[in-house]
Amino acid sequence: MDAILNRWCERVRAAHADSRPLSLHGSGSKAFYGQPAAGGGEPFDTREYRGIVAYAPSELVVTARCGTPLAELEAELAARGQMLACEPPHFGPGATVGGMLAAGLSGPRRMQAGAVRDFVLGVRLIDGEGRLLAFGGQVMKNVAGYDVSRLLAGSLGTLALIAEVSLKTLPVSFAELSLQLDMPQREALARLATWNAQPLPISAAAWADDCLWLRLSGAAAALTAATDRLCREAAAAGFPARVADAALANAFWQSLREQTHHFFTAARGASGQSQSLWRLALPPTAPALADGGYGLSDETLIEWGGALRWLRGGDPDAIRTAAAEAGGHATLFRGDAALRAAVGVYAPLPPALAAIHRRVKNAFDPHGVFNPGRLYPDM
Amino acid sequence: MSGLAFAPPRFAVDRAALVARLRAVLPDSALLVEEEALRPYECDGLTAYRQLPLLVTLPENEAQAQAILRVCHELGAPVVPRGAATGLSGGVLPHPDGVVVSLARLKNILAIDPATRTAVVQPGVRNLAVSQAAAPYGLYYAPDPSSQIACTIGGNIAENSGGVHCLKYGLTVHNVLRVRGLTVAGEIVEFGSAAPDAPGYDLLAVVNGSEGLLVLITEATVRLTPKPELAQVALASFADVTRAGEAVAAIIAAGILPAGLEMMDKKATHAVEPFVNAGYDMDAEALLLCESDGTPEEVAEEMARMQAVLAASGATAIRVSQNEAERLKFWAGRKAAFPAVGRITPDYLCMDGTIPRHSVGRMLAAIAGMERRYGLRCANVFHAGDGNLHPLIMYDANQPGELERAQAFGAEILELSVEFGGTITGEHGVGVEKVTQMCAQFTPEELALFERLKRAFDPAGLLNPGKAIPTPARCREYRLARSAADAAPPAGEAY
Repeated sequence: MDAILNRWCERVRAAHADSRPLSLHGSGSKAFYGQPAAGGGEPFDTREYRGIVAYAPSELVVTARCGTPLAELEAELAARGQMLACEPPHFGPGATVGGMLAAGLSGPRRMQAGAVRDFVLGVRLIDGEGRLLAFGGQVMKNVAGYDVSRLLAGSLGTLALIAEVSLKTLPVSFAELSLQLDMPQREALARLATWNAQPLPISAAAWADDCLWLRLSGAAAALTAATDRLCREAAAAGFPARVADAALANAFWQSLREQTHHFFTAARGASGQSQSLWRLALPPTAPALADGGYGLSDETLIEWGGALRWLRGGDPDAIRTAAAEAGGHATLFRGDAALRAAVGVYAPLPPALAAIHRRVKNAFDPHGVFNPGRLYPDM
Repeated sequence: MSGLAFAPPRFAVDRAALVARLRAVLPDSALLVEEEALRPYECDGLTAYRQLPLLVTLPENEAQAQAILRVCHELGAPVVPRGAATGLSGGVLPHPDGVVVSLARLKNILAIDPATRTAVVQPGVRNLAVSQAAAPYGLYYAPDPSSQIACTIGGNIAENSGGVHCLKYGLTVHNVLRVRGLTVAGEIVEFGSAAPDAPGYDLLAVVNGSEGLLVLITEATVRLTPKPELAQVALASFADVTRAGEAVAAIIAAGILPAGLEMMDKKATHAVEPFVNAGYDMDAEALLLCESDGTPEEVAEEMARMQAVLAASGATAIRVSQNEAERLKFWAGRKAAFPAVGRITPDYLCMDGTIPRHSVGRMLAAIAGMERRYGLRCANVFHAGDGNLHPLIMYDANQPGELERAQAFGAEILELSVEFGGTITGEHGVGVEKVTQMCAQFTPEELALFERLKRAFDPAGLLNPGKAIPTPARCREYRLARSAADAAPPAGEAY
């Protein structure tokens, strides 16, 4: 297997010698995400380096090579009653572990369990000069040196070629159930703000189609007590509440994680991309987007207990301003390449921070070999 | 006592000019120049290293901190940020040519918002003060290093501090949403946000645990956690440490994620029991503290499961706290382990390696062997849930050679931690103490990347120089010394 890495190191060195940037990719399941590449990058498929290197359930650690299919990794964990608690989206059957880390996207459990970066313990990477380096490790606590491993989460392959990653695993909950509380958006946001501050076993909270969905995870006895309380409080306020059918609930959370929910598919339309999809990350108590005075649509889907709001279409400037005003930021999550190039996928950075970003990029990849322009056009 | 030398890179700094420029931008009370005023700043919790700074500054607000940095940057003076100085690795040891920036006066809690479960605090706010301020809302700040009464949030972020509950609730890096700070040139920068993420690279992850080498922190937004309705702890005795280690693995393998999972060996329990009267089993070779928290229903269910696993793993006795007073009593011994050991020995060194849990037995056996070889005693307390071991090596600095033997003992533990696939520091930081062992854990190329990353934040190299990342020269020396030692015949063999 190290023969592959040796070859990769050679190839990175050659790319830098010939000034030929590389376009790193796994299965391409998240190719839609990020700034459209400046062009000219030579495709570099990372899938040949695959397989689980080590998995010790009682250590809560799994180490996998970058090309390992995420589905394969998750099946292995599930067989031992564990999971990747950040519930990373696949967005395609071939999604890889390396792609998961590079994209840094997390699923419905994010607010309770943490994001992808929170579960990264260590990496082996190839830097922009073709050196194989290791950071972090396979232990939970490690403060030797800067936390390079977590920095790679969400770096979209612009810093280094991720060869191998060690992740913290968690046991799956002893019990899980979901509640459906029929209520309009503003009521749902108000309820979430109250319940958020309480010791409730809520592992996911989303609002769609005039329904607030709450997933509860934990000890069976705790779920019974929480169910009684939440349903009673909703019913007292005049909102019908019920325990969701388990299969229906699983399908719902899965449809959010993989964006197969009709809110998302409607944006894509029959012939591919028809409407852009905006992701707004906000403080969870931010008011309904339409109430901000920026003319944003009231048609939204809310995840992460209010901290993630999705919008289809809309004026980019208005969306960015509204998000910043609310204390967050807006990402053009899906959109055609022309729009992504024109308005930028990610909110622009203040000058001092942008300068640090460019120097960080330079520290890893001084010749600009990896995915140039994928995160920001000038990096 | 004999001290240890800190030999950082030196800077040519005109002290008189620095004083004059700082006087122009600071009130008199924010600048210390006399030697007797500087003396209290000469060390942190690692008292074996002492160094007087050129000057100490005590800014009262961000604008003053910014002015200090601008002056130091312009005059090329190193800057050492300092919180409560409870650190154990010499991270805030002053630089002989530099200015200490104490953040002790930036101690306001700016906001607590129960609905978003966040607090906005200045860096000099004490860890426990955050939890106390959040308590009326039923919330608390989860990371709880044992120095939490005194240590500050700024210092916690700099060290990525842990505590006894991080297996379930995470380290500092998992509980900080946003850091506002100043670059060494005095520019204001923010990492992270009040939202769950921020655009660009996750520099917040790098700032956590950066030991004051990247940015001077002026404000942070931290996550608060709802206080569990109930917490209960099981205290289990084991006839040998290996069995106790296996019990830890069995608990995790059973799908249980305890709120706390701590181990103490017999030497540790014998040190603490006379000190706190926790009621520990003095015959046990190892004690496990295993905590469950949540709703009463949850705790009842999980505690039953924990007890079953502990019993099946060969616990010779199990006691479960029956009320909050008893729970705190069981914990008191663990939390007082460091001061208790401090009572039975003139000096001690606290190590901080982390190892995969399955190698606990091997590590403790190796430490027992080192005790004989170095002629020093070592008590072991252990964050068993996450593999973070704190061997407390006891010595007497007034006995010639004991400090050096204790240091060699500690270095051997750290190198063995790396050999077992672990790390030289789990939560105390590298500082000056472990900077040489960084050469054991990382290759020169990896260390060079750390250095480039530092320069990305601090191109002038003025923030806390000489700490955390060894110079290439130091590592060359280390490797030469190691290969000479390896080439020498093993002690005791005929030669």
